[in-house]
Amino acid sequence: MANLRSDFLGIKSPNPFWLASAPPTDKEYNVRRAFEAGWGGVVWKTLGSEGPPVVNVNGPRYGAIYGADRRLLGLNNIELITDRPLEVNLREIKSVKRDYPDRALVVSLMVPCDEESWKAILAHVEDTGADGVELNFGCPHGMAERGMGSAVGQVPEYIEMVTRWVKQHSRMPCIVKLTPNVTDIRKPAEAAKRGGADAVSLINTINSITGVDIDSFAPMPTIDGKGTHGGYCGPAVKPIALNMVAEIARNPETHGLPISGIGGVTTWRDAVEFMLLGAGNVQVCTAAMTYGFRVVQEMISGLSDYMDAKGFASTADLVGRAVPNVTDWQYLNLNYVTKAQIDQELCIKCGRCYAACEDTSHQAIAMSSDRTFTVKDEECVACNLCVDVCPVEDCITMRELPKGAMDPRTGRTVGDYANWLGHPNNPSVREAAE
Amino acid sequence: MSMSQLAPGVVPGRLPADAYARNFSDVEPPLDGHEAKVAADRCYFCHDAPCVTACPTAIDIPLFIRQIATGTPEAAARTIFNQNILGGMCARVCPTEQLCEEVCVRETAEGKPVEIARLQRHATDTLMSRNVHPFERAEPTGKRVAVVGAGPAGLSAAHRLAMLGHEVTIFDARPKPGGLNEYGIASYKTPGNFAQAEVDWLLMIGGITLKTGQALGRDITLEGLRAEFDAVFLGMGLSGVNALRAEGEDREHVHPAVDFIAALRQAEDLASLPIGRDVVVIGGGMTAIDAGVQAKLLGAENVTIVYRRGQEKMSASRHEQDHATASGVRLICNAAPVKVHGNGAVREVEFAYTEDGPGGLRLLPETFRLKADQLFKAIGQTLGEVPEGIALEGGKIAVDATGRTSLPGVWAGGDCAAGGEDLTVTAVAQGRDAACDIHAELCPS
Repeated sequence: MANLRSDFLGIKSPNPFWLASAPPTDKEYNVRRAFEAGWGGVVWKTLGSEGPPVVNVNGPRYGAIYGADRRLLGLNNIELITDRPLEVNLREIKSVKRDYPDRALVVSLMVPCDEESWKAILAHVEDTGADGVELNFGCPHGMAERGMGSAVGQVPEYIEMVTRWVKQHSRMPCIVKLTPNVTDIRKPAEAAKRGGADAVSLINTINSITGVDIDSFAPMPTIDGKGTHGGYCGPAVKPIALNMVAEIARNPETHGLPISGIGGVTTWRDAVEFMLLGAGNVQVCTAAMTYGFRVVQEMISGLSDYMDAKGFASTADLVGRAVPNVTDWQYLNLNYVTKAQIDQELCIKCGRCYAACEDTSHQAIAMSSDRTFTVKDEECVACNLCVDVCPVEDCITMRELPKGAMDPRTGRTVGDYANWLGHPNNPSVREAAE
Repeated sequence: MSMSQLAPGVVPGRLPADAYARNFSDVEPPLDGHEAKVAADRCYFCHDAPCVTACPTAIDIPLFIRQIATGTPEAAARTIFNQNILGGMCARVCPTEQLCEEVCVRETAEGKPVEIARLQRHATDTLMSRNVHPFERAEPTGKRVAVVGAGPAGLSAAHRLAMLGHEVTIFDARPKPGGLNEYGIASYKTPGNFAQAEVDWLLMIGGITLKTGQALGRDITLEGLRAEFDAVFLGMGLSGVNALRAEGEDREHVHPAVDFIAALRQAEDLASLPIGRDVVVIGGGMTAIDAGVQAKLLGAENVTIVYRRGQEKMSASRHEQDHATASGVRLICNAAPVKVHGNGAVREVEFAYTEDGPGGLRLLPETFRLKADQLFKAIGQTLGEVPEGIALEGGKIAVDATGRTSLPGVWAGGDCAAGGEDLTVTAVAQGRDAACDIHAELCPS
């Protein structure tokens, strides 16, 4: 079995699977259960300043999006930071850390945007023996209306300022958690780095309305006839999170800045994908909230088998492996020509590829009277839609035309690598003066 | 005091009183809302779906399943009824394992088709339970059409004709409408008096007058109907029964299986139905299975279905055969009856082994005997009264693709007409199509 031990900013954990700051990490009881189940670490649910704690709504806090068979694909929440007294949380953190010294225990923080508030809470957290802090600049609901959470995270100057205070008043590793509710995720990451952050974690949840009650005409979740936007998470947000992680990983300004990947990690495979794009570890919430803490066992065995199969000695070996392959569209090889190919043995003759191609694409699939579906190479632009709608895995695949072969669609011979930058249709391409 | 299963002869009440309700309850209970959603999620919404092609009434199955999946079972029901007004009964009795479900791509993919029949029942039950009728009649055409037979073909034709604005009168020889739905299908497939409820619901369209106890050739004549109505549709089914042509067939307790099934369906109290201790059924179709299984459910100790050819040639589907064997019925193939033994009543049936070769079925010299105090014949039915002057084909009324017979103004469909399988769903399709053709003839656009 591969060695899954993880070292993130010097914070050691037996595996790279941490529970994200969220309801599953709000209390000692839950966190102890999580550690017993095998989680490598937790980010304790966000603490606020001393004084009366925040309050939560007493109606529904979550809304959901389902796939087939009510499989939960997306979850949205309007819960605020911890609504338990600060001293209770601190006492529990200390107790848990003492009993689980080998696990990572990072504390999420969100206090008003002034130096004194940050200084005060950092001193309390250091006393617990926690391994580090995560600055919650991400929550898009409730707290943002009070100038915290994503209200900070959407202004790079604030991120830099607060991060600097934290680094100034604490020796603990500092992770800055980013909100995806921005136009360009690179800017807040750069600001965090300038402020001295040891790492960024992303993504926090996405502003969302999960649905509308079509009888009461109210957004969901609905509280006494009204609703508000909440934070969206779960498998549905993974593609957005992967892109944002990759953007930061390949940005020269932030390249090498440690990343904790968050956003829809549900299986070991999701975790590997985040890590290949540059995440040093991953944080999980929705999968645990959907299935309970035991899911970590599948993540552990899956990652271990994958690492064994690939010959990776440590988790650090896979981090960032896919980053060099993330590029801009303009560098893609326009001479890479593929054609869809249907495996007639695997085909179950549902005809979805035909409907998709005939109705919405390039009329590149033929259907015979006995329901045999074949690709017309002279029409196929290799868009991949047939592959995407086919219910049978590997039934339709993309076959690469070898160099020198003729593309029956264009009548051109497949040539060497050539991208948009040198393409004759590109108005920026100037012919050299005679 | 109930009789034992071991009591000799043909006696009623072989089972404890509470066993009957249990034995004859819904063979496949309806899907509840949750089950229906899970089942509907499996449909791939195929292009030009094979299930639709396989359905004799061409119900848009992917559409109705999608309507169930999106929480609109009543819209799903309208999609079904649009093509098949007896979609409720067909959901219960169609051999879907040989039709839509056989060709479902998930059968190909996983050996487990989408449960089309059960989903169809979910949708149709939902709409019918509200006791509303989803169709309205067109403007009256002033035309009058006679329909002979209130079975699936006749009801389907009558409903479509009424919808199109015609005045319809249905004549049926039996005291109740429904045809085989009411008299010829195993009780556990359609419990709760569903056949009558379905007819009542169908008649809510209006414009249909039902006259029962009116047999063609006895109470009414085709000549008379042709004179009185603008068109006639014949859907009276098959009233004759094939003979065994085995010596001793006239012994006591030897009956057509269809009579046994009809009596069972009409029985007020199943415990009052006499049934043998050793029951033998001869035949290989759905009627043989229905009779055999129900004999077992009434408490017969031994029930054996004997079919003269190989099992693969039985017209009852594999699903039906498995249901029979799972119910404790024994299947014997490749054996044909040669003699019914007994002294007054049947006591044993003697069979010869058979060989099915290129030259046809051949009886081998070796025979065996089965104990039997009741023998049901389920070896096919024949056209009863044949109206004069109408052309036949293979013993049934000859029709063209839209149901026209050799007589002008006379259409036919269902089991009495040549062509197509003798299935409820086929009868519904033929009745519907004939109705559309009648309409085109009476009201040329």
